[in-house]
Amino acid sequence: MDKAANSILYLDDVNVSFDGFKALKALSLIIEPGEMRAVIGPNGAGKTTMMDVITGKTRPDTGDVLFAETRDLTRLDEATIAELGIGRKFQKPSVFEKLTVGENLALALAGNRGVRDALFWRMSTREKARLDELLEIVRLGAQKDMLAARLSHGQKQWLEIGMLLAQEPKLLLVDEPVAGMTDAETETTASLLKSIAGERSIVVVEHDMNFVRELDVKVTVLHEGTVLAEGSLDHVSADNRVIEVYLGR
Amino acid sequence: MIAGRLLKISDRGVLVTLAVILIIAILVPVLHLLVPPESAFHIPAYAMALIGKYLCYAMLALSLDLIWGYCGILSLGHGAFFALGGYAMGMYLMRQIGSRGVYGNAELPDFMVFLNWTELPWYWHGFDSFAFAMFMVLFVPGVLAFLFGFFAFRSRVSGVHLSIITQALTFALMLAFFRNDMGFGGNNGLTDFKDILGFNLQASGTRTALFIATCLALGASLLLCLAITRSRLGVVLTAIRDAESRTRFLGYRVEAFKLFAFTVSACIAGVAGALYVPQVGIINPGEFAPANSIEAVVWTAIGGRGTLFGPILGAVLVNFAKSWFTSALPELWLFALGGLFLAVTLFLPKGLAGLFDRKAAGGRRAVPAAQPEAAE
Repeated sequence: MDKAANSILYLDDVNVSFDGFKALKALSLIIEPGEMRAVIGPNGAGKTTMMDVITGKTRPDTGDVLFAETRDLTRLDEATIAELGIGRKFQKPSVFEKLTVGENLALALAGNRGVRDALFWRMSTREKARLDELLEIVRLGAQKDMLAARLSHGQKQWLEIGMLLAQEPKLLLVDEPVAGMTDAETETTASLLKSIAGERSIVVVEHDMNFVRELDVKVTVLHEGTVLAEGSLDHVSADNRVIEVYLGR
Repeated sequence: MIAGRLLKISDRGVLVTLAVILIIAILVPVLHLLVPPESAFHIPAYAMALIGKYLCYAMLALSLDLIWGYCGILSLGHGAFFALGGYAMGMYLMRQIGSRGVYGNAELPDFMVFLNWTELPWYWHGFDSFAFAMFMVLFVPGVLAFLFGFFAFRSRVSGVHLSIITQALTFALMLAFFRNDMGFGGNNGLTDFKDILGFNLQASGTRTALFIATCLALGASLLLCLAITRSRLGVVLTAIRDAESRTRFLGYRVEAFKLFAFTVSACIAGVAGALYVPQVGIINPGEFAPANSIEAVVWTAIGGRGTLFGPILGAVLVNFAKSWFTSALPELWLFALGGLFLAVTLFLPKGLAGLFDRKAAGGRRAVPAAQPEAAE
């Protein structure tokens, strides 16, 4: 386990196949505490499968997946992994549309997730303050009592990031946060993520190169289920194999 | 704002329903007991029993709404829990007959004497006690729902698959209860009841008390469901209904929440069945028929699921219509029911309760329009 020392997320030699199709091939990735990492790669590179493996939705065939050096994620279910402190934002905004913005955030607030706790739960003043703070961060203060279904696409993405933050995770997995956003919204999202990084580790999966440039962090390029290149954006964009994969077709 | 308003409308519907139940609980007994039979306002015993029956069905529909309307679990076998509660009550009522049966056997119910049984099966013991029987009314449906739900939800069986299994559950129970050697009276079920708690079941006073008990039980169940759905647990249930795996990633153990709702729902259905049996005077395996469970789903859909009061309204109105049709135009009833279901599905997706929502929100559409959704 020494190899995993000083990492918040440690993937080593992870293999996943679906009916013979190898979605992940000997994937290895190490995220340090407080680090923000951008993961890019063409369609089918295995980005979403990687997220599924980390959050317990998909079990790898072989390989190690460790969280905070010691917790073996391949043995835990989604709810336990979420409780450990790994939050996930999906590619499509998947907020609860029939609930209000406030209810969405309240559901995500860190705290006990048991049935009995839920039945007798009353929002404490501390939680109320935290909720208002989150609304402020994701710029949805005015929409607190609005049904989430009525938010714009960009607002839904922000609400979802807010829900992620509400869970107070140690590691955030963010899948294509700016897909379908306007340029102004994209910029806001980048500064939002940058303000979060540092105290929490973030893995951002993204297609949008401008956005990745704006984030200005270490980049991992995935291709056919394995890591093709790693380094600064300038470094990887100078890599011939990356150019071939991205620009060659 | 909008949700706040919707919530209030739905709450108002529940409050009005509670008030109506209370009025019925007072008015019907008064009209039955105090108004002389010659008066046009007199409610005869059979009519009071009929209304009582409707209210039991309303409770069944309410229990369905808790899991279907709020948690997205469509049970097509909820009649099973209703019937099990009914059988538990029926067993107590059988023991109350004592030696007044046709064979005059104080130890065994008539059907067991008829089958040449010599002693009471072990699972009939304890049903001489009213308290024990009432406990079983909750316990048997509750435990069955818990075990069934434990395995089904843990294996992540949901949607149509779950509906089909619930249907199979009630069908299997029906076949089992039809068998004479199960010890529940087989085909004929349990009937010829005499007393409850020593009071004659045919007496006006007893019938009135049963009617009031039904109203109170319905009111209490409605309050219980209201408390559950208005708590954070209710918000989690709604979240599960709309996006199950998303809720899982938030750290909620979805199966535990479903199991809670399913078990509570089964207990409510069991109580409804227990109140139904003494008022109609019989319980037989026909109550397990899959068609009964499906009908309950239709009442719930027609009334409007996810509103609590809608299904109560739906159950009462549909059954009232059924009573009228089956005496006036018996051959047309199933067509009318099918047509009603189609019409509600097509034109009132929120059921009859949706009419109230629309009325209350009508003309107030001046909600700030959401920004147009960006293209994905």
